[in-house]
Amino acid sequence: MDVHEYQAKELLARFNVPVPAGGLAYSPEQAAYRARELGGDAWVIKAQVHAGGRGKAGGVKLCRDRHEVWQAADGMLGHTLVTNQTGPAGKGVYRLLVEAGQNIARELYLGFVLDREHERIVIVGSDQGGMEIEEIARQHPESMHRRLVDPSVGLPAFQARDLAFALGFRGGEIAQAIKVIQGAYRAFRDLDATMVEINPLVVTQEGNVLVLDCKMQVDDNALYRRPEVADMRDRSQEDPRETHAVDRGLSYVGLDGQIGCIVNGAGLAMATLDMIKLAGGEPANFLDIGGGATPERVAEAFQLVRQDGEVKAILVNIFAGINRCDWVAQGIVQAVEQTGLDLPLVVRLSGTHVEEGRRILADSGLAITTAATLKEAAQKAVAALDGQSAAHTEVPA
Amino acid sequence: MSILVDATNKVLVQGITGRIGQFHTQEMMQGGTNVVAGVTPGRSGEAVHGVPVYDTAREAVADTAADTSIVFVPPPFAADAAMEAASAGIRLCVVITDGIPAQDMMRLKRFLRHLPDETRMTLIGPNCAGIISPGKALLGIMPEHIYLPGRVGIVGRSGTLGYEAADQMRALGIGVSTSVGIGGDPINGSSFVDVLQRFEADEETDAVVMIGEIGGPQEGAAASYIRQHMTKPVIAYVAGLSAPPGRRMGHAGAIIQAAGEAASEKVELLKDAGVAIAPTPSEIGETVQATLAQAKQPA
Repeated sequence: MDVHEYQAKELLARFNVPVPAGGLAYSPEQAAYRARELGGDAWVIKAQVHAGGRGKAGGVKLCRDRHEVWQAADGMLGHTLVTNQTGPAGKGVYRLLVEAGQNIARELYLGFVLDREHERIVIVGSDQGGMEIEEIARQHPESMHRRLVDPSVGLPAFQARDLAFALGFRGGEIAQAIKVIQGAYRAFRDLDATMVEINPLVVTQEGNVLVLDCKMQVDDNALYRRPEVADMRDRSQEDPRETHAVDRGLSYVGLDGQIGCIVNGAGLAMATLDMIKLAGGEPANFLDIGGGATPERVAEAFQLVRQDGEVKAILVNIFAGINRCDWVAQGIVQAVEQTGLDLPLVVRLSGTHVEEGRRILADSGLAITTAATLKEAAQKAVAALDGQSAAHTEVPA
Repeated sequence: MSILVDATNKVLVQGITGRIGQFHTQEMMQGGTNVVAGVTPGRSGEAVHGVPVYDTAREAVADTAADTSIVFVPPPFAADAAMEAASAGIRLCVVITDGIPAQDMMRLKRFLRHLPDETRMTLIGPNCAGIISPGKALLGIMPEHIYLPGRVGIVGRSGTLGYEAADQMRALGIGVSTSVGIGGDPINGSSFVDVLQRFEADEETDAVVMIGEIGGPQEGAAASYIRQHMTKPVIAYVAGLSAPPGRRMGHAGAIIQAAGEAASEKVELLKDAGVAIAPTPSEIGETVQATLAQAKQPA
């Protein structure tokens, strides 16, 4: 799960990591009020969306007076922000973070992430923070400092100090940098994060080390034991179709084609997409029913996939191990009987209780195309789509 | 032989009294597995399908000499169950549970590494289909009837794609020595290399089918192992060639990501290591058949 910048900063502050003074605003008036509350003569207005690349997209504005603050807030709230990380649909802006402006002397990069190869938390630091960090990592790999943390020991002060020196911190900055590195590590560990990224970490002209921007991702599997983080979920930042699916224990991924897919297991889902593309089609979405799906859950999945307006044919590809083909078949029949069948439907069942499953489909008398193999299923789904569009073009002629 | 499991394993089912645990205990027993005990804390004295239930793994092992376990415990408690198995003296543990927090897996792996080499438990999974040595034993949740006993090993991240491979092979009359699901989680118990090593050493395995996926460093590591150490033919399919690039936030993942994590890069690495690539998921069986035929011809 992603959290907003202001939430990530709030969480880091609980681990004694220094963040700029700031406040949240839901309206231009509130933004202007926050600026007055903060005092000073410069404020930064930051759109709170679950994506990076905000600066270049106009989601971060520096303001010199309260009128500018009001105008900047008015220009962002209720609008959609499209950045290089949001996709073309963009993300709605409904919350703003108003922060006191800082006199920046240096910008650095500090990232914490789960390293799959070493099975540890890895810290990556660079003295060249800012927007082009991936480019810097490619061109100057030597400027990226990595430290692996032993989970049974934690992050000892010497390791944080070593990294702080490597990143060029000096004098009074050292103790502050260690505070940031250790605090962010503890936040990562104690909140079950999968990513904490501070970019940039800044040193101000006054000599303060501060987290200027931060992104945080938390392990979905651990939210049950992090209720304070789970409460930060913002549904406005999610694809409503995915939210709808997740709330029903299903996993949904929206794509751009016309064939809706119901599958079990992520691997089979990917293989099904590969096969559809090879057959000349494009998947519209896929819905993973997971393991142990009841007929009711299958019926729900079916309705979800149909609701996507772009879907012109449905392909069900189930290889049941922990699932049962008879339950899947029952779910399909249930769903179709409830709402009728106005799209071509291709079903391929294999595995546990496959004979019963096929019999249920056959006995239903519904116009379901069945397939024995993955290849056949993909080809039939694409053919059904072509047949449909051919029929469609023939009608007016 | 076969690898990891056969009829001699004495199996302990952790989480045996749950709905899923009960169902698969029965399936495993029908598949010839010697299930000797179950554990559910607080339920000692009960029996599931005639199998005695204990409060702790330690008691179960002391009473029944169980040496292998399978975990159906819910995600918050699953990593703990695997640690309990390891300290009770279990040598092989398969975790079926999906949804274990990544940091729990990190701690579990450290815990296992701190055990002495000679008693260290082998962990398979989590979030996997388990292991089957067709005709001998089932330590997992696979549908047994799609596997023909034979001499080709299967190792894959995805359970359902493993079924797909076995089913296509069966249609061509090709049997399986052992099929191992290593699971799809970012941190898992055994890697492709761990399982390939066992297949390479197994006298009853002639070739290995490896089913990889987009993301993670393990297929790349497998490619270098195959190039350097593997004498048996390997056939591979990598899922996700047409997968859309994942949406992501921030840069940290991209910065630490090694080269070779895209599906197409994995295919190239494996090809370079001499692996026969199944171009589509429905040509796994045919690619195995062609590779076996080629291997039989004198060079």
